[in-house]
Amino acid sequence: MLNRVQQPEFKQVEEINFLKAKKHELANKIPVFEINGGEQNLVRIEFIFQNRGWDLQKPLLPGVTNSMLTEGTHSLSSAQIASKIDYYGAFFQTEYNHDQSSLTLYSLNKYLPQTLPIIKEMLTGSIFPEKELQILLRNQKQKLKVGLEKNSVLARRAFTEVLFGDSLYGYATQLSDYEQVDRADLLAYYKQIYHPSNCTVVMSGKIEDKTLTLLDELFGNWENTSTVPAFNMAYQSASDKLRYIEKPEALQSAIRIGVPLVNRTHPDFIGLQILNTALGGYFGSRLMANIREDKGYTYGIGSGIASLQQAGYFFISTEVGVDVTSATLVEIEKEVDLLKSELIADEELALIQNFMMGSLLGSLENAFSHADKFKNIYFYGLGYDYYEKYIQTVKNITPKELKDLANKYWDYDAFYKVVVGKM
Amino acid sequence: MVQFERFTLENGLKVLVHEDHTTPMAVLNILYDVGARDENPEQTGFAHLFEHLMFGGSVNIPSYDEPLQRVGGENNAFTSNDMTNYYITLPAVNLETAFWLESDRMLSLAFSEKSLEVQRNVVCEEFKQRYLNQPYGDVWLKLRPLVYKEHPYKWATIGKELSHIENAKMEDVKAFFKKHYNPKNAIMVVGGAVKLEDVKKLAEKWFAPIDGGKKYERNLPTEPVQTQEIKETVKADVPANAIYKVFKMPGRMEEGYAATDLISDILSQGKSSRLYQNLVQQNPVFSNINAYNYGSIETGMFVIEGRLLPNVEIDYADECIWKELDSLKSEPVYEDELTKVKNKYEATREFGEMSLLDKAMNLAFYELYGDANLINTDIQNYLKVSAVDIQTQANTLFKREASTTLYYLAN
Repeated sequence: MLNRVQQPEFKQVEEINFLKAKKHELANKIPVFEINGGEQNLVRIEFIFQNRGWDLQKPLLPGVTNSMLTEGTHSLSSAQIASKIDYYGAFFQTEYNHDQSSLTLYSLNKYLPQTLPIIKEMLTGSIFPEKELQILLRNQKQKLKVGLEKNSVLARRAFTEVLFGDSLYGYATQLSDYEQVDRADLLAYYKQIYHPSNCTVVMSGKIEDKTLTLLDELFGNWENTSTVPAFNMAYQSASDKLRYIEKPEALQSAIRIGVPLVNRTHPDFIGLQILNTALGGYFGSRLMANIREDKGYTYGIGSGIASLQQAGYFFISTEVGVDVTSATLVEIEKEVDLLKSELIADEELALIQNFMMGSLLGSLENAFSHADKFKNIYFYGLGYDYYEKYIQTVKNITPKELKDLANKYWDYDAFYKVVVGKM
Repeated sequence: MVQFERFTLENGLKVLVHEDHTTPMAVLNILYDVGARDENPEQTGFAHLFEHLMFGGSVNIPSYDEPLQRVGGENNAFTSNDMTNYYITLPAVNLETAFWLESDRMLSLAFSEKSLEVQRNVVCEEFKQRYLNQPYGDVWLKLRPLVYKEHPYKWATIGKELSHIENAKMEDVKAFFKKHYNPKNAIMVVGGAVKLEDVKKLAEKWFAPIDGGKKYERNLPTEPVQTQEIKETVKADVPANAIYKVFKMPGRMEEGYAATDLISDILSQGKSSRLYQNLVQQNPVFSNINAYNYGSIETGMFVIEGRLLPNVEIDYADECIWKELDSLKSEPVYEDELTKVKNKYEATREFGEMSLLDKAMNLAFYELYGDANLINTDIQNYLKVSAVDIQTQANTLFKREASTTLYYLAN
């Protein structure tokens, strides 16, 4: 007779294999990391540049420079760049985040000789045409206007601002900033940042021998003279702990709660990730179990830890009905304090451990994801032993260690709270 | 090329197996052939609410999520107007837990009052978060009933109104389960580091004992051909005026679908597309504009959606869209332009095959459309589309009298 009550036997994930990056160097010293794997004849090539400065008077400079890479070069217009790349079934994307600016190409291997030269044009010959610049600014401004109507967006903006002030990590774009962008500044910033000495290439997918040769032919002669100085971030968090933006018409309040925290390079970081998982890092977390699954206050609530190169932060995020905003805050405080005052039960910890191992295994789906794992360590000066340590910590951490971490890093009164809506 | 095997249990459950040993993970995907289109017009949003209840414990297993997390697995689900789809990813060594969980909730739910009460609230909050507390969030609540007069696509998956969800009762939940959640109405796909023989054994063990139930026979009203242009205007607190223009289009596997899908790419995929080039860049009318379709199984919606720049008259913007559509009707597209969107489509498919979950879901969708092997052959429907086909299809689609336009204006 089939026993449907008893869970079938299961195993903890024991072994996780990483496709490790292999290092090459182009003629001009640009480091190229290769993560080779996969069945499909596809490749992703990322050109990554470190952000190297922050000028509060020109807050949009790094982001707009990055977006404008696709908007025209000496020999190709914006439309030509787009149609050429599309014609070969390739994709490109520009990305600007707190630490880096990048340009990424996704291409079928067979078309790399056609697609990669376009990337070179964009990285070495962009001209930042005025007309395209005005279109971009106009459209981004419009997009921000729509964003400013969303409580979740307002909350996110206010939250990074209370944590990191008007630094690169904290600044929230204002509508008036779009008027200040100047083409000459973009060109100067482009020259300084998009430079071989500031460039790292990460290629992943099914890598052929000739790919490196092609890269070297195209980018190895990119003149590498100056070095770009490193940049130290300084920030000042807000003095008041509560930021309340009242929206009388709101149906839901957006809530963000958190605090600056250590980043991935710190010995406590992995333990904190486990602690965070218990609080709000997965569907069965305490916050979800209490605030969604028991009380039905929200469609979703979660918490996370973000690692930036020069800082980190912990956050809790949710949107709840306005009538239960205060009740939600009470419950969040309760859940944070519980992890400080009581040991996690062995059974719950075992579940979290298994969940995190499975989740790590599942996050390594293909060569692209292995490359992402590499970037997570490389840009923090860490090696693959970080992941060994991660696995050992997840498997061996004790309830006592987690409680100690909660007491060391969490103080609800010291957390910043942002509420947009009604309470 | 996605390889797969297929077998059917005696109770009617269809099982597809896709072995992929490049990953240590496995996926178990179950698609139930029920969506918002199968709802009672007085109880809309029910299929989606029911999806939430599927996580509220089953007859022998009080918690669905916990045992799955305990073996390192994750899951989620979605409901559309056409279908409800549930999926699990987990380390392949623990595949049996997925069979245990999914078979028990196909057998019967716990039907807990507490779960119903909580999920009614959760779904109401979802309704507010996605549809009410967002600029333009309610647009499909307004548009669907303008586009469809008869067919149940006239309501959104979340439901017509909050009260339908608030009033859901346990007896309705039970009846819905009985009608739709049985082996005859389901398609299961198992993929990843699994072996066909093992999947057969597990399927026999866990699913074969479930009573097959009755095949639900869908008998929905057909949507009459639209012969009169529909125009509506709403006003709300939004930062910019917007236009939504909808035309009815062929269903997912019907003649003309691929050509229509390619038309949306020609119009709005990327910065070399017509709408971007002509109405964002050359002649600045919109801050953004998109053409897309819903991929519905029955008569679907081809949508053009644009946000206007300040100081642009809405009637003018509307005419600018028509000019682009008329040009597709009067002249064949350039060969290069057509090759471009076909290449892009083909490459997108290829990139999609890097994801095990995407492959498993697509197998289930295509099986529902008629045959899982379409996952490998549907591309031919796209590659054979000619410039003349595009022109013909544009003439079929873009008729003024068959258009529905909503002006969504800022207060």
